[in-house]
Amino acid sequence: MSHRIVQASWLAPQVKRFVIEAPHVVRRCQPGQFVIVRVAVGGERIPLTIAHPDQANRTITLVVQAIGATTQELCALQAGDMIADVAGPLGKPTEITNVGHAVIVGGGVGTAVIYPQAGAFKAAGNRVTAIIGGRSKPYVILEKELADICDEVLPCTDDGTYGFHGFVTQRLEQLIAQYQSTNQPIGQVICAGPVPMMRAVAQATRRHNIHTVASLNPIMVDGTGMCGGCRVMVGGQMVFACVDGPEFDAHQVDFQELSNRQSAYRDQEQAAVEHHSCQLPRATSPSALASSP
Amino acid sequence: MKAAERMKIPRQEMPQRDAVERSSSFDEVNLGLQAHIAMREAQRCLGCKDAKCVQGCPVNIDIPAFIQRVADGDFKAAADVLYASNALPGITGRVCPQESQCECNCIRAKAKNNAPSAIGYLERFVADWARENHYHQNRTIPAPTGFKVAIVGSGPAGLTCAGELARRGHGVTIFEALHEPGGVLLYGIPEFRLPKAIVRKEVETLTQLGVQIVCNVIIGRTYLIDDLLGEENFDAVFIANGAGLPVFQGIAGENYKGVYSANEYLTRVNLMCAYDQQSATPVLRPKKAVVVGGGNVAMDSIRTARRLGADPATLVYRRSRDEMPARVEEVLHAQEEGIVFEMLTNPVEILGDDRGWVKAVRCQRMELGEADASGRRSPRPIAGSEFEIECDVFIEAIGTRANPLLTQTTPDLAVNARGNIIIDANNMTSKAGVFAGGDIVRGAATVILAMGDGKRTAASIDQWLRRDDKVK
Repeated sequence: MSHRIVQASWLAPQVKRFVIEAPHVVRRCQPGQFVIVRVAVGGERIPLTIAHPDQANRTITLVVQAIGATTQELCALQAGDMIADVAGPLGKPTEITNVGHAVIVGGGVGTAVIYPQAGAFKAAGNRVTAIIGGRSKPYVILEKELADICDEVLPCTDDGTYGFHGFVTQRLEQLIAQYQSTNQPIGQVICAGPVPMMRAVAQATRRHNIHTVASLNPIMVDGTGMCGGCRVMVGGQMVFACVDGPEFDAHQVDFQELSNRQSAYRDQEQAAVEHHSCQLPRATSPSALASSP
Repeated sequence: MKAAERMKIPRQEMPQRDAVERSSSFDEVNLGLQAHIAMREAQRCLGCKDAKCVQGCPVNIDIPAFIQRVADGDFKAAADVLYASNALPGITGRVCPQESQCECNCIRAKAKNNAPSAIGYLERFVADWARENHYHQNRTIPAPTGFKVAIVGSGPAGLTCAGELARRGHGVTIFEALHEPGGVLLYGIPEFRLPKAIVRKEVETLTQLGVQIVCNVIIGRTYLIDDLLGEENFDAVFIANGAGLPVFQGIAGENYKGVYSANEYLTRVNLMCAYDQQSATPVLRPKKAVVVGGGNVAMDSIRTARRLGADPATLVYRRSRDEMPARVEEVLHAQEEGIVFEMLTNPVEILGDDRGWVKAVRCQRMELGEADASGRRSPRPIAGSEFEIECDVFIEAIGTRANPLLTQTTPDLAVNARGNIIIDANNMTSKAGVFAGGDIVRGAATVILAMGDGKRTAASIDQWLRRDDKVK
């Protein structure tokens, strides 16, 4: 059963937003969950977070960064094209509670990963602040969409071309200091993005003992617990991101090991990208597959 | 022909692809019997009245009857007998552990200097003959009963149950989590042992019977069991989603790059076709590989690694050859392909380099002590026996445990301490109308046991649907 792309538009350089017909997936979809996508028959299975489920139109929104051969193939598709397989929703939904003040932190396409959580935390009665980053102005995504939901959106760029000049973690440190002694201290941080960013967020919040959840993006094949390829160490225990996660207590995650395991196929992926006939410009950001869970 | 004459015929041999050729090829190892050889082999069967082989078969095929028809050269009749009790003979003829089920009970095996009837070879022969000659036994679709049954998983238990229910006129829909039906037959068992074309053909046969197969649907996530019984209007559900999660040993170094579960390695190579260099799915092609485990999955893994280039390809197992649960034929084939067997050996640590890649596995030698609860002599380490085996791929094939995905979201489904679903004598779970079978009930077992569950459960479901002479 293939899935029609209803809408496709570029959000940022090499970052495309797709609205895809997925009537099965959308039924029970909750924030934090993901799908496994196979672009074409014979293709690779890749995990992608559901950025927005639309129950009325029976569609899901996916935000994809063209970085590997498969994501480049996907990003070459347009409205009206078909995607071979979309399976889901997978993973455990985000635990949404009233923590008072929730801060969501998104790096690059990671912003699309935490976008559904922003709305859910808001609906649960929280004050919600979004800190979103990119290396330069065009890479900051979903600012307007988040502004419609959140109490505050704080964009950041590595090069200072837009918003705060610096990393999201530096802006987070400021925010923590700003609210620490107020009547709205930060109750929880939830982050998604490149591994070094999530690790830095965890380090920043650990000092202040702020509960922090990271949406992890390990290599995955089936997404149903069968392969164990997405195993990560959390609190010294081996867990599978696809069935036990993808969200975990960021203070307990072994990011070093996660980062190492993510690089297992770097050489093969590089070769595949070079081999790929797609004419898209090559991405250089280290945040490969950052939109995956 | 007199029994004495039959006894004199030697067991016919299965022609095989050359061992050197196949250590780099994924083409099927066993080539199948020619018709005249099959007939010769069939003449060896003594046609016992109280056939012990049938009792050893989890789906109770009338073995002497189908073999008699092969001996007569009436392959159509043989296929009719076979398919009457086994929906997937082309698969079981290849992957069943005949030596511990039917053939071990053969009266010939008890005779001095003799060998059992080659039941597996003959089963495969008849199934292949039927497939190649497009012969399907009388497959008229019965009048629909109006009942709808949902089956979770399209592995051997699910496919068998689907076939049995469809033949009774029930509407059957199979939900498969992956993008193609077949379950372990597709993602687990390699092409060189069970060609995918055979699995696809069996699935096609089911769809011709009216069975619907919906892929990419994960029951427990996409639909809950209660959705199936509720808004989706199914009258019964059969859960056969397998023993999903790979078990890791829990030793240091398991997260180095190059360390795999057998499930992941085999899935990449089989389902995702990573053996083809053009495949979009990457897999590491080892120079030196080590697999730990002693079952069929371990054999499949090491022989796959060998075909992808591993030399040496070493199998490490903590007990001795005699305790290995793998099929005898797989062990022989592995030996012929140059697999190095390190028996009575157990990994204790995986060693990595400074870039996070596995470089060796540290093992210790074992000796066998007293018999444990399972009746097998339990291995214990020999002090000071540690040594290292170099490798760039290390695969763990030490078993699986129950996948929690479905049971987590079905709180009223009773499971045991291991997460396996609990069933009654009719294979019904704690939820009315919900049945279960295969590895999710048993823990990791075999294709044929799962098929036996599928077959028995289909009968139970049929009875349950027709309880109180209820008609839809």
